[in-house]
Amino acid sequence: MSATVSIPTILRTHTGGEKQVKAEGSTLQDVITDLEANHPGIKDRLVTDGALHRFVNVYVNDEDVRFSGGLDAQVPDGGTVTILPAVAGGAR
Amino acid sequence: MLVIRADLVEQMVAHARRDHPDEACGILAGPDDGSDRPERFVPMENAERSPTFYRFDSMEQLKVYKEMDTNDEIPVVVYHSHTATEPYPSRTDISLAQEPFAHYVLVGTRDPEQHELRSYRIVDGEVTEEEVQVVENYMFAHTGTDDVPDHAGS
Repeated sequence: MSATVSIPTILRTHTGGEKQVKAEGSTLQDVITDLEANHPGIKDRLVTDGALHRFVNVYVNDEDVRFSGGLDAQVPDGGTVTILPAVAGGAR
Repeated sequence: MLVIRADLVEQMVAHARRDHPDEACGILAGPDDGSDRPERFVPMENAERSPTFYRFDSMEQLKVYKEMDTNDEIPVVVYHSHTATEPYPSRTDISLAQEPFAHYVLVGTRDPEQHELRSYRIVDGEVTEEEVQVVENYMFAHTGTDDVPDHAGS
């Protein structure tokens, strides 16, 4: 089970500048574990205390995983995982 | 320094005025060729619809980032408005800034007559304010070797 993962600019320090990398796994959790094995440090940028960071958006086949199971979201073989930093802020 | 076309400034300010007192947000996309030139105005939904907070709608953001990828563009500018306070990055702005190569533009709309516009780099929690040069087009701006006239207003 292999997926293509799109890496945002701010995390490319972990992938040697690569915009897209392959990772194995049938759930998002597995895919992130595999990413971490090949690109150490990346997991901490995505996950804290067993849940996705609030200000990181992760999409599996263009669906926001917040609405499809979070880390338990299924990743189909040949699927795409897109990581985008949330763009957010405010006056306070 | 941020060099930016006047028509793009006008569009950002108009967006900020339209959404006031809620914060407005968006992107100015530009070519991923090192020219550092904002070219395309992309207003975004503030999913929070709040006077003190903004966040891009996640699905709209995905769509816009894919378009930029297809066009070989990057978010040269990430803008948002402060509607009651100084246009200086707040603690929240700083801790959530995740585009190290973007110019973070703040549009202040607390004065109904006169807007404020300031630009910053935010990298690893460090804020650096920068000069903003507003130009009619990029042809005569000192932003590189490109001497091809720009399509101002397109």
